[in-house]
Amino acid sequence: MAGLELLSDQGYRVDGRKAGELRKIQARMGVFAQADGSAYIEQGNTKALAVVYGPHEIRGSRSKTLHDRAVVNCQYSMATFSTGERKRRPHGDRKSTEMTLHLKQTFEAAILTQLYPRSQIDIYVQILQADGGNYCTCVNAATLAIIDAGIPMRDYVCACSAGFIEDTPLADLSYVEEAAGGPQLALALLPKSDQIALLEMNSRLHEDHLERVMDAATKACKDVYAVLDQAVKEHLQEVSAMLGDRGMA
Amino acid sequence: MLKSKTFMKKTRSGGVLKIVREHYLRDDITCGCEGCEECSQENPVLQLETVLQSSLCTSPHYLLPDTNVLLHQVDILEDPIIQNVIVLQTVLQEVRSRSAPVYKRIRDIINNSEKYFYTFTNEHHRDTYIEQERGETANDRNDRAIRTAAKWYNNHIKKSKNMAHLQVLLITNDRKNMEKALEEGIVAYTCEEYIKSLVANPELVDRLAAVFDEKNEIESGKLIFSEHVPLSKLQQGIKSSIYVQGTFRASRDNYLEATVWVHGDDTEHKEIIIQGLRNLNRAMHEDVVAVELLVKENWVAPSSVVLQDDEESDDIESTEEKEKILKTGVQANAKPSGKIVGIIKRNWRPYCGMLARSQIKESTRHLFTPADRRIPRIRIETRQASTLEGQRIIVAIDGWPKNSRYPNGHFVKNLGTAGDKETETEVLLLEHDVPHQPFSQAVLSFLPKMPWSITPQDMKHRINLRHLYVCSVDPPGCTDIDDALHCRELENGNLEVGVHIADVSHFIRPGTALDQESANRGTTVYLCEKRIDMVPELLSSNLCSLRSEVDRLAFSCIWEINQDAQIINTKFTKSVINSKASLTYAEAQMRIDSPTMNDEITKSLRLLNKLAKILKRRRIDNGALTLSSPEVRFHLDSETHDPIDLQTKELKETNSMVEEFMLLANISVAQKIYDEFPEYALLRKHPAPPPANYDILVKAAKSKDLEIKTDSAKALADSLDKAESLAFPYLNTLLRILATRCMMQAVYFCSGLDNDFHHYGLASPIYTHFTSPIRRYADVIVHRLLAVAVGADTTYPDLMDKHKAAEICKNINFRHKMAQYSQRSSVAFHTQLFFKTKGILNEEGYILFVRKNAIVVLIPKFGLEGTVFFEEKDKVKPNLVYNDEIPSLKVENSTFYMFDKVKVRITLDASNLQHQKIRMALVEPEIPGITPLTKSDQSNSKGEPALKKSKLDK
Ligand SMILES: [Zn+2]
Repeated sequence: MAGLELLSDQGYRVDGRKAGELRKIQARMGVFAQADGSAYIEQGNTKALAVVYGPHEIRGSRSKTLHDRAVVNCQYSMATFSTGERKRRPHGDRKSTEMTLHLKQTFEAAILTQLYPRSQIDIYVQILQADGGNYCTCVNAATLAIIDAGIPMRDYVCACSAGFIEDTPLADLSYVEEAAGGPQLALALLPKSDQIALLEMNSRLHEDHLERVMDAATKACKDVYAVLDQAVKEHLQEVSAMLGDRGMA
Repeated sequence: MLKSKTFMKKTRSGGVLKIVREHYLRDDITCGCEGCEECSQENPVLQLETVLQSSLCTSPHYLLPDTNVLLHQVDILEDPIIQNVIVLQTVLQEVRSRSAPVYKRIRDIINNSEKYFYTFTNEHHRDTYIEQERGETANDRNDRAIRTAAKWYNNHIKKSKNMAHLQVLLITNDRKNMEKALEEGIVAYTCEEYIKSLVANPELVDRLAAVFDEKNEIESGKLIFSEHVPLSKLQQGIKSSIYVQGTFRASRDNYLEATVWVHGDDTEHKEIIIQGLRNLNRAMHEDVVAVELLVKENWVAPSSVVLQDDEESDDIESTEEKEKILKTGVQANAKPSGKIVGIIKRNWRPYCGMLARSQIKESTRHLFTPADRRIPRIRIETRQASTLEGQRIIVAIDGWPKNSRYPNGHFVKNLGTAGDKETETEVLLLEHDVPHQPFSQAVLSFLPKMPWSITPQDMKHRINLRHLYVCSVDPPGCTDIDDALHCRELENGNLEVGVHIADVSHFIRPGTALDQESANRGTTVYLCEKRIDMVPELLSSNLCSLRSEVDRLAFSCIWEINQDAQIINTKFTKSVINSKASLTYAEAQMRIDSPTMNDEITKSLRLLNKLAKILKRRRIDNGALTLSSPEVRFHLDSETHDPIDLQTKELKETNSMVEEFMLLANISVAQKIYDEFPEYALLRKHPAPPPANYDILVKAAKSKDLEIKTDSAKALADSLDKAESLAFPYLNTLLRILATRCMMQAVYFCSGLDNDFHHYGLASPIYTHFTSPIRRYADVIVHRLLAVAVGADTTYPDLMDKHKAAEICKNINFRHKMAQYSQRSSVAFHTQLFFKTKGILNEEGYILFVRKNAIVVLIPKFGLEGTVFFEEKDKVKPNLVYNDEIPSLKVENSTFYMFDKVKVRITLDASNLQHQKIRMALVEPEIPGITPLTKSDQSNSKGEPALKKSKLDK
């Protein structure tokens, strides 16, 4: 009868968060020894794995070679078990192609590609479990993986979604909130300079509300930044502790 | 903020799909108590000093009701005396999913700052959230959650020194829940126990809903009705065509018969007859029901018997006797018949009516007779029967057990003495479902704060038109001025005409409680002596009303028009105006007519009047109809507000002047919003009537040797103009009244869901309502669309959703119809009051319609229409011959044709206090045995009270 109440009169969302609060983020870097860089991240129940190879020589067709900078090659996919309903997802379905393109755009903007002319950087991201904000989680995972690989970037790329319900901007939408069909926006931000790497919006939102939703998304991205930065620092400490141990031995 | 939280995850599994949802449990949810030292909170809701005094719990206490108490006892909770209540999120969500109307009422209470109701978000709280256990039903889990929260509160309160004396009482009517609560050491009472214990508020007890225990019910008394099939089985049955779904329509005249209108287009039987108490099986008017068809041998014919339920006892044997009478219908006319097997959705509402006191003096159980004859009598328990006798009261239904002849209900409210003006007004509003309660705190909270002034922010998308000579022209005493006009000459010789409409959408923002309330009300309702506003008075009579000498926000439609009234261009803009004069129609007319007046306003009015005449001529040439219905206005006594005189409304030239420009603005706006939003424009259409509707008009005119053509609106308008009779000047008006009756209802619709936009009456290809946003919600939506179209305001998702638009249209169409009905009822009631003081009158009138056993007579002097019956109960039937071709009725030796002049005697029949009515009896021409005898003979006058009164008066 009555649909789901996404935001209660008391200001709580379905999962108990308040409008501006993020889901719990957990991140680990260097999860794959074989790759040049890798990271695993959980944002609530959305889980993503990112693997980075490169920079290395151009593989396959040489014609892709760029003489002033590196080629960023991205691949986005979803594990068959990532959603409640199992679906075979061949590479290159429309949604994946679109996501792949978005990721490529995002990281071409953030990586200092001009440092590696005539080479290639591969970023593979897979969603292991999908519960809203897939694109954003992928971006955050890829950022950590790139840092893990030691590839220089202008800044972290932090991404977070935002929606607009009952005249209130909501940060970091869960699947339930996305499925309600209201306006939603995905923002990938370079937090230090406030530069936007990518901005995508679904369904209509009047321009007068845009500013408020953007503010909420920006704030959320900066919160994500704080968590990612913490993860990187912890990882560094672990690694240097390990190196230190080895040095002692 | 993220880090300070504690997380736990909850997994919900259902069916094959495994759904994993996160649930964040918080430690920052406050208790809402004023005296709490533990929680840091800004605006605690629950008071430290409470006023409720109960003999059960002498210390101050907060109430914590469970879901069923909220659902069933909302009448009690709304009472101002009930304060300091904790509403749990668990409870609120259950209410939300089970009853939207109750949910809305509860929200209104919570938003009312004088009620001190606090919503505790227990489901997100670390200490009060609980998991559903294996084998535990959702209901049991929720009951446990409620108990857990109650326990938490009692412990939490103890932690603060100054709250140590406070107690939280669990209020539940569920026996199992109560037992467990007491076991766990929670103080719990049933709603009844608690309300009865209240010191100094004994009258609240009557408003308790009659709640019965399903289990105990079977033991007492024999079953009258068969069990209702549960909903899940009904749905299966409907799918497999064992049952059909439809809307139950009770009969007004026969309480043992009803019809079910079957839903869906492709069904074989559209209408199913239900006869007999057992087959009706407790279904009530407007319920959505499931019907099982009877075998063909058992089908029945609709009976034409009038049966009123007047039994005193619960005995159903006598009812069965009556049912036999029904079977007398001719079997050849038998129609699909069925029995009700279950109720899909109840459509109960509070009902107005009167108490029929039990004959047993000491009894507290009484029957209540609703004013609406389609609703069965309702049994209520009350100890104030003697005070409620002769009063109009409201009763709500609580349930209808299968061993009870009548539904059970509880007393809600006393409206006042039957026959009183205020009481009857209240009744007619309630019976027409007109929302007329005072606006809730939540709604009022969205009003601008006073003193209000125009800010630079308001001017952002607005132009300043304060300098223009704008004025408004309205009926006398109008306080909600929607529209104002101006006209001035331009340098190029053309004219600039502006229609300025109150900018209501500036104040009513989409989605707010204020918006929802006005959307629900849909229209302002005007009764004879009362106005029920669609928006709060601060807006309707002040901030939105375009009064003179003050700055007001407006939405302006400005045309450049040449001297031949051709539009050169049109501009729409939000503006600020400062009206220079609020005139009445008469004042404006006087200015136009007096040659000595030459101020700016008067000049502007003259120009407008001149243009209006051209516009009107052109409209009529295009085939717009000018129809008439006798409109009556009561002259009310200024002290008592009793009607002392009736007068038919008189129209001045200025009425038509204002009307022309409003039509023009509406058409211009309709075109604009349709061009801009072809899918989402809210428009108004008036379908052409099917040709058969005109039969009676054509036949009637023919009987007077006149020809009415109906192939187009223009042909109709022209032939009506020509239909004049020198010997009978009123004939033309009568024809126009008749033509009005042939018309269809104009309706609102969404342009994306329809393709016929034509407005027949106005002969316009497109039309909408823009000019009265203070009193019509349609105009508010149109304003929003137009504002978005001209870039003056923002849009919102629902505005661009045609199904949402269709919902709005459905509601406002319904509200408009109900507003009309209530207006008619109000006129009818005042007419009755008028004739009560006048006593018996003999008046001249015209026959408007001829029926098989009656004639309908119109009395032009009073605008009153009534039926003269020639067949009366307990009397010899006269010889009646009805002719359909030349509509006429021969009664004994006299023949009555349409439009014939007759003289009738008008009396007020007050024999039934709930249903008083005006009766008409034929005086001239005289027919022996039909016409009433001289005044002194009262043998056939049923209006005895009126008769006696008139004698006293003289
Ligand atoms: Zn507290």
